[in-house]
Amino acid sequence: MKQRTHPALIAVALLTFVFLVGPLVIIIGTSLSDTSYLTFPPQGYTLHWYENIFDISAFRRTMVTSFTLAVGGTALSMLIGIPAAYALARYRVELPKFLGNVFVLPILIPEIVMGFSLMKSVAIGAGLPIMTSLLVGHALLVLPYCVRVTGASLNAFDFSIEDAAVSLGCPRWKAFFTVVLPNVKAGIIAGFILAFITSLNDVSVSIFLTGPGVSTLPIQLLAHMEQFFDPTIASVSVLLMFVTTAVMAIVERTLGLTFLTK
Amino acid sequence: MSSLSSPRLRAWALSAPALLLVVLFLLVPVFSTLATTFGDPEGPLATYATFFNSRLRMRVLWRTMEVAVITTVISVFIGFLTAWVVSRAPGRLKSLLIIAAVFPLLTGVVVRSFAWLIILGKNGILNDTLLWIGVISEPVSMLYTEGSVIVAMVYLFVPLMILTLVGVLEGIPQDMTDAAASLGARPAAAFRQVVLPMAVPGLIVGSVLVFTGSFTSYATPQLLGGERQMMMGTFLYQNAMVRFDWVAASTVAAIMVVVTLTTVILMSRLARKLNPVAG
Repeated sequence: MKQRTHPALIAVALLTFVFLVGPLVIIIGTSLSDTSYLTFPPQGYTLHWYENIFDISAFRRTMVTSFTLAVGGTALSMLIGIPAAYALARYRVELPKFLGNVFVLPILIPEIVMGFSLMKSVAIGAGLPIMTSLLVGHALLVLPYCVRVTGASLNAFDFSIEDAAVSLGCPRWKAFFTVVLPNVKAGIIAGFILAFITSLNDVSVSIFLTGPGVSTLPIQLLAHMEQFFDPTIASVSVLLMFVTTAVMAIVERTLGLTFLTK
Repeated sequence: MSSLSSPRLRAWALSAPALLLVVLFLLVPVFSTLATTFGDPEGPLATYATFFNSRLRMRVLWRTMEVAVITTVISVFIGFLTAWVVSRAPGRLKSLLIIAAVFPLLTGVVVRSFAWLIILGKNGILNDTLLWIGVISEPVSMLYTEGSVIVAMVYLFVPLMILTLVGVLEGIPQDMTDAAASLGARPAAAFRQVVLPMAVPGLIVGSVLVFTGSFTSYATPQLLGGERQMMMGTFLYQNAMVRFDWVAASTVAAIMVVVTLTTVILMSRLARKLNPVAG
């Protein structure tokens, strides 16, 4: 005998999803309104606010910066994170247990503390250029995703296959690229996507590291909101949601979304 | 043993770059931040004395605690009920619901907080609607209150709670609650004695994520709380970048680190203790 879910529970869940999706629908609505202030439902429809994004040079510039950072920071983090994840999975006996936790520290330490400390020590103390500081900050911010998500795939990998390749005369580096990497592709894609999104949306670290002339899209969005309260903010938000949708489509295609609940 | 073919050496060589990044750009900077708080000429704990003796600063700390605790409690409640329904939903509907929860989670915090500016503003949707139904006769200011910050925080963190719990609740087989029911347990008893104990580890993980996330948030209190509802994150930023008082900012940072790390450590101990599987 199957127990049915209580109707009251279903009602609560339904309300929760209205609560979750409603505000995003409202943003889309306001971005299309032909009024010069934010209002919902839209009075008339226009795409003017989308053109406006590209007319404002600060948005154009920060968009490029944000994408460069998200791609560059994640790539850098993957470049050093994958070998670390591999070492952790492959050499469990040789490496101390706490090492795995060290790579999760960027999540454990409050982001805003991390941003402030990086500003003091790296941006001002060591005098690194703004873009370099941002790149380091973002690489650090996303390192846990690069190590842990890739690591989950590597832990499930049977390293005796790699040993077999090596014992048959395949050089170690070649065995890694042709045997190990293709088998943990899903983990790397998942890690890359989570890292990319985290970097793209980051506020708490970036706000301390941006400086004259160099800013990121979320920081520019915050600054714009303090001065103008027009539908351009909504249209930029929709643009960011569109990127999220595209990313989710990639996840769905390659991995299936259920991996996110694991 | 010292050649590169030694597994130990290879393991360290492979993890060295990532380790170096964490040590050089996280541990050293954060420790130096913490260290500056003890360098006051009036004594090593002088900056903390200033913090804990100031009514204004203590109000910021308590407000942050309060907002984080209330946000966590509401998120646990809503998140648990919703996750239960999602975990029991048939396949296709379940994926759709998970997408609906993941989508806001992947949308940035600025965008999600901004949504509540439009909803709760003086000329916002909520005011318009309430005026239209006639509940109120003139717009009420709802922004820049503790309530507006909490609503936006709950909005921010409920998806995280749902996703954390769906995974856990899916692992509780229907047979278990059926068995409890067939043995005469009323739904409430089956829930309390079967479902809840198995969900406890997930609830703890979710609560830690929500509590630490809201305790250390910056963008949401900045946008929806403003100057009036200063929280630890916005207070740190203000001290560092507006007043340029780095020692005061570092003190706030140190308190944030202590609170979050204590929460994480205590709760993960509790989780280990209560985990029925680990026994």
